[in-house]
Formats: sequence, structure tokens, C-alpha cells
Amino acid sequence: MDGIHDLGGKEGFGAIDYERNEPVFHARWESRVFGMYLQRLGGASNIDRRRHAIERIDPRAYLDHGYYGRWLGAMETLIIEGGVLTRVDIDARARSLGAGTDDLVAARPSPTPDIIGEPGARGDSIRPLARAPRFAVGDVVATLRHGVPGHTRLPAYARGRRGRIVMAHQGWVFPDTNAHGRGENPQHLYTVAFSGSELFGESAEAGFVLHLDLFEPYLEAEHV
Amino acid sequence: MSESSPSLRAEAIESLLKERGLISDEAVDRVIAMYNERVGPMNGARVVARAWIDPDFRQALLSDGTAAVAPYEFEGGQMEKLVVVENTPTVHNVVVCTLCSCYPWAILGLPPRWYKDPAYRSRIVREPRKVLSEFGVALEDDVEVRVWDSSAEVRYLVLPQRPLGSQGMSEDQLAQHVTRDAMIGVAR
Repeated sequence: MDGIHDLGGKEGFGAIDYERNEPVFHARWESRVFGMYLQRLGGASNIDRRRHAIERIDPRAYLDHGYYGRWLGAMETLIIEGGVLTRVDIDARARSLGAGTDDLVAARPSPTPDIIGEPGARGDSIRPLARAPRFAVGDVVATLRHGVPGHTRLPAYARGRRGRIVMAHQGWVFPDTNAHGRGENPQHLYTVAFSGSELFGESAEAGFVLHLDLFEPYLEAEHV
Repeated sequence: MSESSPSLRAEAIESLLKERGLISDEAVDRVIAMYNERVGPMNGARVVARAWIDPDFRQALLSDGTAAVAPYEFEGGQMEKLVVVENTPTVHNVVVCTLCSCYPWAILGLPPRWYKDPAYRSRIVREPRKVLSEFGVALEDDVEVRVWDSSAEVRYLVLPQRPLGSQGMSEDQLAQHVTRDAMIGVAR
């Protein structure tokens, strides 16, 4: 999905806000969200569905609420979609604690959520594949030109670009299907190198190479 | 929006989950303590320091990072496959995750805030030399910058160059010189 999360190459965010001797958590609620999120509430899920839940939160909250605010939005989304708590209950409790009625809420639960069909699904992602990889190290490939609905791991800045395979990682769970309950559907994974000018044109900085880890369905053979 | 809205929302959810017996303070506290105390960049620093003094280990780390660090049994997860990329006088590596904030928790701990913020994620793939110079890393024109955008489950660790003047230091002493930022690639 063409969401706010897909930040690579965007302009205008300004200087990096570096903090010396940064604590692991900046506020108690951040640590509580982290600790709760890792309890994996909300029924069967997997890393890809959890990542996609972050992508689906309110885009204003994505930018304003910080990393653990994004996790909070994803967690609330998943526990409502999983039937653990209702939005009404959470709203009422938040108001009783002092929240305003017009506070921005990050969660965006779907009325027709994806169902992950494998309770207790494995937490790992490597899946050896019997079929041979389509590409080998050194091959030149082109990435898909368009985005796809739902969860995917080809960033927009690298769509429709030519790169060269520099590593082949064998079979891995395919996030595009796994996030939506459509199965692990393992695919060969490659590290692909792109030149700065291929990605950003004539104005690109000289002398840098960008690497992405891309699944085979994102790639087409390219004849040089 | 009030500044406190995520905080109150988190508190509301936690109190409801607790009342219904779906989470316990003990389980949540255990997770928080683990990442506050045992999972952090000191783990990666041990690996880097050993690679600096043990050429066989360095070679093993560069050819199969996952296998080379397995004996350490680091906790913390987010490291199913580890690829270690080496800085040299002519190559500088730097790591990012533009789509979320993927990071090798088991060796570096939880990522710093700037790593997860939009400014770093958007800019490092587009103007890495400029961003690195803002971090204080001024690279000569003949140094190639290699940016690694962690878009799948592979995690990357930068093996920094051993500091000049560190001859004769022990592994433990060297580990004190390895910073989190150098292992991400935003410091030397």
C-alpha cells in the first residue's frame, strides 16, 4: 500500500534529531506498550500482519506519535480486530482517565479483518525451497513498476528500477501473502544493488550504492 | 490532539487487559527488563572487538554472520539472518529500514529514536554523504558509500575499521571503543 510508512527518498523532513545518551524508553507508557505488544494479544498473527497493522494506522499519528505510538496504534487495531476489546470500551476508559473526545487515535481497525489461519504459526521466516531460484548473483533485474494493495516490501523509491543481484538468500516466507492470511507462500529472496543515479536521477549524490532485500515476485529479468 | 493522548490510550488499554486477566504486570515487566538490561549494543561490541583481533573469526563473521554469532546465544530476537558488512579505507557501510524500523535487536538492542524517525529513514537512502557528514563522518570522494535498506528479515551489522593506536589492547578494552553508531554506520 502507498502508505505514510514508505518514507525512503521523501524530502522535507529536515535535520536528524540526534540525542546523546538516549534512554531505551523516553516515557513509561512507551515501555508498557513495548511490553504489552510482545505479549501478542489479539489472536493468531505473525510479524507481517503486525507490520501491516502499523502501516494502516492514521497517517497523522504515524508522524506525530513516535515509534511506540505506532506500535500502540497497531496493537489497538489488532486487539479490536481480534475481538479482545472494543473501541467503545477503550474510548470510555481513556476518557475516564482524562483523554479528550477529539484526541487523535492512531488505531484503524477494519470491520472485515484478515484472518490468520495458523494459530501458533512459526515465528521464523526461512523456508528452504525445492524449486531453483530464477536469478543468480550478477544478474541484472528490474523491479515492479507499480505498488500493490496491502502489505509489500518493495519501497516506492525503488519501483521500476534496474539493479544487480549481489546475494541470494534462498526461500523465505512471503510477506505480501502472509500478512493477509493467504499463506506463507515462500519465495526466493535476493539482495539487489542499485546505483544512486538509477534511483534518483542526475541530481543523485555520486558514489553510492543502495541495497534492498527483495523477493523474487518483485523482480523481472532485464537484458542489458 | 493533546500531547498525552498516546499515553492515556496506552493506560486505558493496559487497565482493561489487566482487569480481564489477559496480561500480567510480571510478564510485561519481564520483557521491559530484558531490553533495558541484557539486550543492547554491548553484545555487538563484543563481536566487533573479537573480529578485530581474531582474523579467523573476522573471516567467519563476514562469510556467515548468523553462524559466527550463534555460539554467543544472544537473546532479543530480530536476527534470523545476520549479514556483516565491513568498512575499509575505500568502502563505508550504513544501515537503515525505510519501511519500518528493522534493526538487529539481539546484538544492538532496541534502535535509537533517530533511527526510527522519518528524517533518517527518508534521507539516508537519497543523500547518504550529506547525512553522514551531519553525523560528523566526512568521507573522501573516493570512498564508496553502501547503504543497506533492511526490507526483509535479513539484518545488517557494520564491522567498523579498527581504531588507529589500538594495538596491544585486549578484546575487552577494544569492545569499550565500539559504539552503537559505528555498528549502524553513522560513526567511524
